[in-house]
Parts: sequence; structure tokens; C-alpha cells
Amino acid sequence: MSSVGLIAILLFYLAFLFLIAHWAEKKDNVKWTNNAYVYSLSLAVYCTAWTYYGSIGVAANSGLTYLPIYLGPVIAIPAWIIILRKIIRISRVNNVSSIADFISLRYGNSRFLGAVVTVVSMAAILPYIALQLKAISETFHIVTQVPHNSLMLLDTTTYVAVALALFASYYGTRYVDASEKRKGIITAVAMESILKLVFFFIVGIYVTYFVFDGFQDVYDKASVLKDFENKNVIGGIEPAINWFFLCVVSLFAIFLLPRQFHTAVVENNRERHIKTAIWLFPLYLLAFNLFVFPIAWGGNVLFEGENVNADTYSLLIPQMFHNDFLATLVFLGGFSAAISMIVVSSISLSTMLSNNLLIPYTFLGKLKDKDQVVNNKTIVNIRKVGIFLLIILSYLIYRLFVLDYNLVSIGLVSFVIISQLAPSFFGALFWRRGSRLGAIWGIIIGFFICMYTLLLPYASGISNHDNSFLLNGPYGIELFKPFALFGLDYLSPVPHAFFWSLLFNTMIYFAVSVSFKGNYRERNYAEMYIDIDKYSTNHETAFVWKGTAYTSDIEKVLIKFLGEERTKRALNIFNVKYNVDQNQELADARLIKFAENLLTGHIGTASAKILISSVVKEEKITLPEVLKILEESNENIIINKKLVETSTELKRITHQLQLANETLVKKDKQKDEFLDTVTHELRTPITAIRAASEILIDDDEIPDELRRQFLQNIISESDRLNRLIDKILDLEKFETGKQKINPTRNDLVETITKTIEPLQQLIKNKGITVYFENNKSIKTVYDEDRIIQVLTNLLSNAIKFCPETEGLITLTISDKIDFWEISVMDNGKGINPIDFENIFNKFYQSDNQNIKKPIGSGLGLAICKQIVELHKGKIWAQNNNGAGACFTFTLPK
Amino acid sequence: MKKKILIVDDEPNIIMSLEYTFKKNNFEVFIARDGQEALDILESQIPNVIILDVMMPNVDGYATLEAVRKEEKLNNCKVIFLSAKNKESDIQKGMDLGANAYMTKPFSLKKLIDKVNDLL
Repeated sequence: MSSVGLIAILLFYLAFLFLIAHWAEKKDNVKWTNNAYVYSLSLAVYCTAWTYYGSIGVAANSGLTYLPIYLGPVIAIPAWIIILRKIIRISRVNNVSSIADFISLRYGNSRFLGAVVTVVSMAAILPYIALQLKAISETFHIVTQVPHNSLMLLDTTTYVAVALALFASYYGTRYVDASEKRKGIITAVAMESILKLVFFFIVGIYVTYFVFDGFQDVYDKASVLKDFENKNVIGGIEPAINWFFLCVVSLFAIFLLPRQFHTAVVENNRERHIKTAIWLFPLYLLAFNLFVFPIAWGGNVLFEGENVNADTYSLLIPQMFHNDFLATLVFLGGFSAAISMIVVSSISLSTMLSNNLLIPYTFLGKLKDKDQVVNNKTIVNIRKVGIFLLIILSYLIYRLFVLDYNLVSIGLVSFVIISQLAPSFFGALFWRRGSRLGAIWGIIIGFFICMYTLLLPYASGISNHDNSFLLNGPYGIELFKPFALFGLDYLSPVPHAFFWSLLFNTMIYFAVSVSFKGNYRERNYAEMYIDIDKYSTNHETAFVWKGTAYTSDIEKVLIKFLGEERTKRALNIFNVKYNVDQNQELADARLIKFAENLLTGHIGTASAKILISSVVKEEKITLPEVLKILEESNENIIINKKLVETSTELKRITHQLQLANETLVKKDKQKDEFLDTVTHELRTPITAIRAASEILIDDDEIPDELRRQFLQNIISESDRLNRLIDKILDLEKFETGKQKINPTRNDLVETITKTIEPLQQLIKNKGITVYFENNKSIKTVYDEDRIIQVLTNLLSNAIKFCPETEGLITLTISDKIDFWEISVMDNGKGINPIDFENIFNKFYQSDNQNIKKPIGSGLGLAICKQIVELHKGKIWAQNNNGAGACFTFTLPK
Repeated sequence: MKKKILIVDDEPNIIMSLEYTFKKNNFEVFIARDGQEALDILESQIPNVIILDVMMPNVDGYATLEAVRKEEKLNNCKVIFLSAKNKESDIQKGMDLGANAYMTKPFSLKKLIDKVNDLL
């Protein structure tokens, strides 16, 4: 394939990634980008070009040694659920944006320690990025079959590197606050993780099933090669120890590599995403290894005796069969693996470079005097230039130094260097006594041992003139031979360097920490890190600080970096959270910690502390004082928690009281309405009686017939008055529970017949047919007089509502196993469904207006309900399919 | 010519006394059992006085008065509420709607006649 063609494909591919990143930044797509799968896949940034090509090289040349790089993380991942969660919590609470922030903050927010961590990370990662560029460059030349040009400016891969640097510096610096999430980049990385795995699978399947006849065939053909046996067993205790150390080194790397810290911690949106990652990520690593062995040994079989770089088997095999398309796909997969590593690493490195080295040591003074717009621009530019220069610098390192090394060796050197952070990093999580000095000296000494046992020999290997240094040690001192320090000669260089550097590092960390007391700030953060669960919602209270500070001074500093609006908003949140008066002049420890946190994302923890310290006057506190204050604040937290509990309890009770009150008010209103209606009902017959009496007394000429009629009216209205009073008293007795029922064994059919009897005349007058058919007797227990009262009421209603002609009332009794169901149906106009429930309330009037006259006394159904309920039955009303009303009540058997 | 009076009430015994008394006092009497019936009668008759109960089935007294006051040809009709609802607010409401008087039940026939005569 021509260079131009491949460049075009690459540009197209980069444009596609740009698009993905751009798409992911949009708010509407948040559910696609903010989920556990994108998170888990972004962790696969671990699998770089080194994995993609280098594993095959190692498997082909030295057999099983490629495995520990994957076994280490797989062993570590189950512990994530505890450790990673803790790291994420600490980082979120303190706005940590890199591993340098994380470590330096714990050891008393130390500017120097942050710088040390940054330098160590750069030393570890720059060659690693160089390695990726090397992979891109070499494979580019293989695919295009153009030789590598020793003049850098004429070599096309130079321009690929520049394009990459531009892409990363553009997308990596979208936010001034480094602890913000970069959804675009992360989604693009997750996408690339899918692509590189898919392409690797495709070539794996191609080699295994198209070039060969399946796994068995590869094995059969490979197993006759010499050294096959040799390379594919662990073979004794010494290689086993080598193996073990390689596992441990990669176990550390999965926590400590800046790009892993960035994807796993800084870009974590939800703690629960870890739950998906702990199965998906190991599965991904496993899948990546499935075809390493067949490709490696397939390559060994195909290229037996030829001098080819085994790293590039996955490209060479398709090319051998003239499958250019497949070779290009493989190249794109490797390209993906490389650029995700390059982009994420350079972002995290440039954040450290700006926040932990450049700003606190050089730019801070300048930033202090400028306003927000200028400051943000400066910060972003520092990072932008940082990312660009880091990638270009790596490219130079590749061109000048690492041209000759294979992928894995450089990668492992990186791992060993970054492992120097392990003692202080894990110590930060679990050991209260770990001190700043211990951390600094541990890392520095460990780093120097690495230099001596790894970098120096490699560097001298390049210049290639001083081999006696390697073979005999400096000045011929055997004990200091770089690959066999203190006579330890059975470890290969990488585990060897790892063993000695980490041994010294850890011992110094412990020894110094125990021997020299740290200052109070270290102890303060130790408490906050280790007991993060206790402080995760109000960590500001755990910060110990004594002195004088003014809110207005702190506000001024904040405005310089956050701008007026964000500062006001943040301070408001703070005031609400801690119930602080808005006009509070003096700032307390909580506000100082809060302000430091706000600044941390922009300029790093150390600079944030320096800035805030410059506007406040801090008094020295002794260590015992810190411990006392911490204890008190702990008690305060407990008291606070109790107060909150009490106040919720109070709220609950208040709510209940309110409800009770509302019920009472409602009841009171009902009572008023009831009285209103009762008096109205009582006045009506009295009015009739009074009017008739007035006529009788005043009018002597009244005809006899009429006189009799008026007297008759007086009698019937008096009776009505009396019945009404009876009913009111009845209801009152039922409602207050004074009325008892007197259940005896009776026959329901007989009771119903008894009820109909006195109403016969009325029924006849209105021409109504009553249908009731039930021959056998139904014996059950109830108070017969009361049930007759209920039935009379229902029947009277039914008679009243029957149409004037062809009225029909149907009475039924149904057996419902546990109870009897008695229904009275008429064929009138039915009931408005909204009245079904309220119809049994006393004096209920439809429409809920008290100006419409109720029909009947308005008490009958209320009494029925009371009686039925005293029998432990139910009563309800419904409509009879548009053909009249139906009242039903039940009597338990 | 005889004055016309419309009695609107749902209690037959009260109607009976009212009818007897007003006939005796030389009124031409119309009777309605509820608001709807009253409005039906008012389509063809323009009484001088309407005696109106408040609580009635279907169309109540207040609604009836509202309908009456909207009718131009009934502008000269005097309306007297005659109701057992005797709360201050009930009376106020009746007067606000445009009644000429409000008497509470139980009432004195004599006073009612006086009131009617006053209004005419």
C-alpha cells in the first residue's frame, strides 16, 4: 500500500475519532457516554501497542513470559471493590485530578512531593509514549513497505506524530478544571478499545482458521520446532521467581500508571460502575490473549529460519498471503491501541506537569495578580503546550534512543519506574503514620536504584562502548554490577531492578516515617484518607486549621480563578451546607478547606494551599492538638447525626399532627353541615304545623272539609317530626357505639318476606312489581329487627325511585361461601357514579351543595351502613347496567 | 284585576297553607314544586310576586332567582325568599342575588301578607 493511501486512511480514522469525541461531549448523548460499559472499556487503555504487537513477540521468542502482564491486573481487580472505591471517594471529595495530587495531598499537601511524583511519572511514561510512536512508525513502514527514512523531516511518521499531538492537545484541554470529566476523550478511548480487540480477533481467526486448520494444527506444527518445549514451561524456581515479580509489577501498574489512574479514578462518574468493570475488564484482558499464542507460534512456523521481528507477525502473516486489507485493519487496531495510550497519558502527564510542577514553582506568582479570563487562558495554554511538547519529546526520544529495543523491554522499564510510587500510594490508603519525608526519600532512592539497574545499562547499551560496566561492575566492583546487585544474579534485569528498588523504597518509607514525626497537616490528611467513609459527605469538618482568615480575602482569590459567578454560587452552597451566615466576616477551617478544594482542579493541591495561605494567617498547632480536634469533630459529627435524626423525627411528628389537624377541621366542618341540615329538616315540619295552626286560629269561616285537612296535616307533620328525632337519636347511638345488636338465628327469606309485607299497599298503589324468589330457607345469625330496618330503608328508596309505570324491584340472595349477599335493585334512573361512596354519609347531598334538598330524611342509608357494619358486613351501591340502582349488603355466615 | 302570585316550594303541606291564605287575600295563585316547574310557569305568566323556597330538588331557589333576574319581562316581579336556612350568610346571598325580601321558616302568615302588600 502507498504511503499516501495509508496516510489518507489514518486521517479518515482520526476524523472519525474526532467525531466520536465531539458527539460524546453533547449533553443529549449522556446516557450513551456516562455508563459502566464506557467506563470499563476505557480502562482497556491498559492494552497498548505493546500488548497488541509486543505480546506476540514475547510469546514467539520467550514463550509464557507475556502472561504476567495480564495476570497481575486480573489478580488485583477483585480488590478494586474496596481499594478503588476508596481511592475514588478520596479523589472526588478532594477534587484530585492526578496521582501526583493524590499522593502529595495525603502527605501534608506537599509541593515538593507532588513535583517528585511528577518527575518520576514523566521518566516512566515518556519512553513508554516513545514506544507507542515506535510501534506506529515501524508498522507504518511495514504496511507501506517503504523503508524508514533516517532524516526525520522526510519520514511520514513524523507527521503522524504531529497530528496526534495536535489532536490530544485540542481535546485534552477542554476544561480548565482538571478534575472535570472529559467525556469526549473517554468515549473515543472506549470505542478504540472495541476496535483494537475486534481487529485483533479478526487477524487471530484468520491465522488460526484460514492460514492453519485451527488451534490443534498450529500446535502440531509448532511443537516440532526446537525450543518449543523449552519456552513453554516455567522451568524451575528461578524463572518462577521472575514470573512472580512480573506479576507484582503489573499489579502495581494497574493502580499507578497515570493513564490508569486517570481513566479509573478521575473519569469515574459513579462508584457503581466499578461493579461492571471488575468482571468486564478481566474478561477483556482474557479475550485479548486468546489468539496471542496461535499468531506467535504460527509466525514461528511460517518464518522459521528467517530473521524477522516477531513483534510484527500479525502484519507479516496477512502480507505473506497478500492480504493487504487485513494488514491495514491490523495496523489500524495497533494505531488505536497506541493513540489511546498516548492521548490519555499525555493528558494526565500534562495535568501533573502544570498542576504539580510548573504552576506551583513558576507561574503561581503571575497568576495571582491577573483576572479569571487571563488565568484560565494561561492554565489551558500551559496544558495545551504541555501535551503537545510531551508527545513531540517522546517522538524525539524514540528517534534518538529507543529505535533498537523491542516493545516489551521498554514497557517493563516503565512499569518498574512507576512502581516506585507504590509504597507511598498504598501507605496513603492504609497507614496513618506514613510521613512526607518517608515518601519523598523512598521514591527518590527507589528511582535512583531503577536508574542504576535499568536506565543506565540501557543507555550504555545504546552507546555500546562500555560493556565492561555491565559485565564487571563500576571500577570492577562485582557487588555493584547493575544486573546483579549485591550478587543477586538469577533474576532477569527487570524483576531484578524491581526487587532492589522496591525493597529499598519500602524500607526507607517505613524507617523514615517511624523515625521522624510528620507535621500536623500530614496527620490530618492521613485521618481523612483512611477514614474517608466517615467524612465523605462533610469532609470539610475534618480539616484542622487555626488562625485568622477573612471571607472576603478568600473570595477575592477564588474569583481570580473561578470568576465572580461561580465563586458566588459555590460560597452559597457552602453557606447552606454548613448553615453559615452569609455575612460572616471571619472564615473558619471548613471554608479554607472548601476554597482549597475549589482551586485544586484548576491549579493543583499544592498551589491551592499556597494561594489560600497567602491571604490567611495560620497559627501553628501541635500534633496532640490536631488529634484532640479531630476527636472532637468526630464527636460533633456524631452529635450532628443525632440532631439530624431528631429533627427528621420531629418533622415526621409535625406532619402527623398536621394530618390529624386536617382531619379534625374536616370533621368539624362535617359536624357544622350536619347541624345545619338537621335544623333545616326539623324546621320544615314545624313550619307546616305553624302555618296550618295560624290559619285554624285566625279563620272562622274555613270550610269543615279544609279544617279537617289542616288538622290532618298537623298530625302527619308531627309524626314526621317525631320519626326524624328518632332517627337522629338512632344514628347518634350507632355512631357513638352505644347501640348494640342482638343477633339470633333467623331465616333470611322469612325476614325479607316480613319486610315486604307492610309495604305491600304502597307497592300496589304505585303499580310496582316486586320480584323475589327463594324457596328454601337460609338460616344465619343476625339481629332481625335491625336487618328489617335496613331492608325497609332500601326497599322504600327503591319504591321511591321506580319509574311511574312498570316499576320493577328485584330482591336476590346469593351464596358467596363466606357470606350472604343481599341485593335490592330497581329499574329507575340510577345513581350518579360520583355519589357511590358518599351516598352513605348522613345528609349527603349530591353535587356537594347544601342547597339542594336531599331525598328522604337523608339519614336512612347512613343508619343502614352502621347496622350492616355492626354485623361485620359491607354495603355498597352500584348501577345496574344503566337500568336502575342496585344496593347490596353482605352478612357473614 | 287580581294580583298574581307564584308559590315555589316542595313541601305540599306548606303549599296548602300558603295557597289557601293568598287565595283568601284575593290573589291569583300559581304553584310550582321546584325551580324548574317555576321557570316553566314563568314562560307564560308574569306574576307580581314570587314566594321562593331555597332548598328544593333539581333547580334550587338561588338558581331560580338568578334565572328570573336575567329575564327582562320579569323586571317588575317582587321576589321573597321563604326558607328554613336562616344563617346570616344564606340571607346575604339571597339579597345579593336580587331578592326583595327574605323570610325565615317557620314564619307568620300575617307578616308574610304584610310584606307582600308592602312590596306591591
